[in-house]
Amino acid sequence: MTTAGLVLAGAKGESAAEGMVAISRFRLANGLDVVVIPDHRTPVVTHMIWYRAGAADEPRGKTGIAHFLEHLMFKGTKSHPEGEFSRLVAELGGEENAFTSNDYTAYFQRVAKQHLRKMMEFEADRMRGLVLSDAVVDPEREVVLEERRMRTDSVPASQLGEAMSAAAFVNHPYGAPIIGWKPEIESLNRADALAFYQRFYAPNNAILIIAGDVEAEEVRALAEKTYGKNKPTRDLPARVRPKEPDPVAARKVVLSDQRVEQPVLQRMYLTPSYTTAKPGEAEALDILAQAMGAQSTGRLNQRLVLERKLAVSASAWYSGTALDDHLFGIYAVPAHGVTLEDLEDALDEALAEMAETGFSDAELARAKTRLMADAIYQRDSQSALARNFGAALSTGLTAEQVIEWPGLIERVPGSAVKEALHWLVKKRSVTGYLEGIAR
Amino acid sequence: MTAGTLVLAAPARATSARKVVSAGSVEAWLVEDHANPLVAMQFAFEGGSSQDPRGKPGVAHLLSGMLDEGAGPHDSVAFHEKLEDLAIDMHFDADRDYFTGNLKTLTKNRDEAFELLRLALHEPRLEADAMERVKGQIMAGLRREAKEPNAIARNAFAASAFPDHPYGLPQKVTLEIVPGIGRDDLHDLRKRCFARDRLKIAVVGDIDEAALLDVLDHVFSDLPARPELTPVEDRVMKGGEERKIELPVPQSVIVFGLPGLARKDPDYVPAVVMNHILGGGSFTSRLWTEVREKRGLAYSVYSSLSPFKHGPILAGATSTKNERARESISVVTGEIEALASGGVTADELDKAKKYLTGSYALRFDTSTKIARELLQAQLDDLGMEYFLRRNEEIAAVGEKDIARVSKRLLDTERMLVVVVGQPV
Repeated sequence: MTTAGLVLAGAKGESAAEGMVAISRFRLANGLDVVVIPDHRTPVVTHMIWYRAGAADEPRGKTGIAHFLEHLMFKGTKSHPEGEFSRLVAELGGEENAFTSNDYTAYFQRVAKQHLRKMMEFEADRMRGLVLSDAVVDPEREVVLEERRMRTDSVPASQLGEAMSAAAFVNHPYGAPIIGWKPEIESLNRADALAFYQRFYAPNNAILIIAGDVEAEEVRALAEKTYGKNKPTRDLPARVRPKEPDPVAARKVVLSDQRVEQPVLQRMYLTPSYTTAKPGEAEALDILAQAMGAQSTGRLNQRLVLERKLAVSASAWYSGTALDDHLFGIYAVPAHGVTLEDLEDALDEALAEMAETGFSDAELARAKTRLMADAIYQRDSQSALARNFGAALSTGLTAEQVIEWPGLIERVPGSAVKEALHWLVKKRSVTGYLEGIAR
Repeated sequence: MTAGTLVLAAPARATSARKVVSAGSVEAWLVEDHANPLVAMQFAFEGGSSQDPRGKPGVAHLLSGMLDEGAGPHDSVAFHEKLEDLAIDMHFDADRDYFTGNLKTLTKNRDEAFELLRLALHEPRLEADAMERVKGQIMAGLRREAKEPNAIARNAFAASAFPDHPYGLPQKVTLEIVPGIGRDDLHDLRKRCFARDRLKIAVVGDIDEAALLDVLDHVFSDLPARPELTPVEDRVMKGGEERKIELPVPQSVIVFGLPGLARKDPDYVPAVVMNHILGGGSFTSRLWTEVREKRGLAYSVYSSLSPFKHGPILAGATSTKNERARESISVVTGEIEALASGGVTADELDKAKKYLTGSYALRFDTSTKIARELLQAQLDDLGMEYFLRRNEEIAAVGEKDIARVSKRLLDTERMLVVVVGQPV
């Protein structure tokens, strides 16, 4: 068992007393990683368990099983049958939920601190003791299909996003929607869910994050009494996914639908993630997304919205928290009467200009200030901090990397941001058009 | 200490709130918290979209988008660059009853942040090119929502529930009206609503009382004393019908609602407990159990109380595939009727009260959330001791109270249902 005391420092210029949160982390004998983030301002704790298993770890033909299992995890265990956990959380005045991503699945409760032990007992029990019957699996499959209808099938913009991801990844499972493709969701069953559960839900494939009014030693003792009882899984499968080849062809995806009244232009580029990038490269991509895409002061807004008046908004994002190479994106809404083709040409001109001349010192400083300030604002929220650490650790990063992040951002040279633009070349991209049908 | 008093304990950070009044008689509620180097402020003027001039819905909404588009010596670009250079979050919003402002800043940029806020409130430029741009953004948003089932359902519900009333008008204007809104409309609304008399302010974070008093005078004391608000008529929401709007989507969005209760109504707290049992926010409500868990009819189903000043409602929503939409409506209606006629069990009531009292502290774990609670308590005129009283009020609700308020509220004859989709 190892323990490390870490300090989450603020941006440069904050005094030590203002700028630090002491983080502890250790590993139980059964392999469970634990991170404790103290926040003594309110007598509340956020308890999260993160599994290193997400949609990209699904077997072929079973898209959606990671997310479906997440729903089914609320169906009870031998010791605590259906609904007992949720009823307990409600009775204690707690909040609970869960979420599934490409690389992780996480479950959390937020409760008054004196109830932490109960949450840990129930969650540790659910890690190994899930019981499923067709009677609970079948209606829940309908719930997931309704979720898909609500989030995707009824929303043309979501359908375009799904089609673009599928085009962006020609071989890697990130190309499939996390919720799953509809025909595959329809055929998912109890055995599929249990197979995924048994394969991945184990203490040595999980991260426990506790943020709030607790001390590390108290958490360690509780963790050993609860999660510590779970045996590790031997021969845990390595997370080796199908490899995404280096892209050679620009792709274009067009969704035309009579429900679309407001066209949208989107672009996605395959880029390294924090886990796969060379040192400093992912940080440069984060700064690039900010310098390029900030709501009012970003370069895209300057060129496309303010100067050329071809768009009403233009933004950029970098989705860098991922185990494998992931995406950098651009989103622009054309001004009324401007075609998507004209807006796309203007976007490419703006990108070419950035690649040619880079960014001014003021633009870079502004982008860095915002990213570093966001890290300080995040410290005001124990659940946001818990999520940040959970997402990082379950995608192969370390707590140290999270803690050092603001400093790394500050040290990225302007030349590296300009250099990062080489990822944004057409052949690495998918361009998406969301458009109506002319009447 | 017994478990009982623990559950009822008021959230410590809210009970440390205190009222401060500046020399220029601007009042605010303050929670000092020096753990992190940041300050959050939220404030509200009475008079949101219900103060839009007749025939021009959307003026308040447009004004909320224009205040940070240049003010005082700074044009739009310079103003935004200042905000970004200093990592200041500033935004404004207009809902039916209030015009609200939010500011978040690092301690080290506090003075600049409050100066920018002062400029935005007192000297917004409202320049023509910025206005054209913001109008373009609003119109793009309206086009995006034009065939979006939830937005259609929301707007149709408001129009049916509050005919010939500001609440029935879309808050975000309509495509035809946007171009006709002028600079004078914005200035006029700003001058009528931005006044000290109905201003409520909440501040949380790394600032002490002396510093805040200076800020309050600097930012707000030059506002006129009294607003000039157009009276808004009180209404009981109109129901008793089901409206169907055809839209080619695979799932029907169902919005339902009944007349609710004013925040000051003595039955409001019992109604909160009743609503929690019916469709409140945990995975245990009757609607959740019947619609989602047992039948798999929907991913989301809920009901909630909205105590709007001039027409409170109790409303909820769900979404079900077209083939089973009718089944969802009848399950929801059936549950509302069952609660009205059969009441709740002692166990249900006990658990609901435990949830509502126990979860209260979770609303106070970030500066922004605390500021929101401090502001809402002021808008609802509940007094600062409310934070101490609130859990006791919940705990005092009995089965008879639930029975009474259920009879008062849950009359499905008065229910309005809007369905958007292709229900079979």
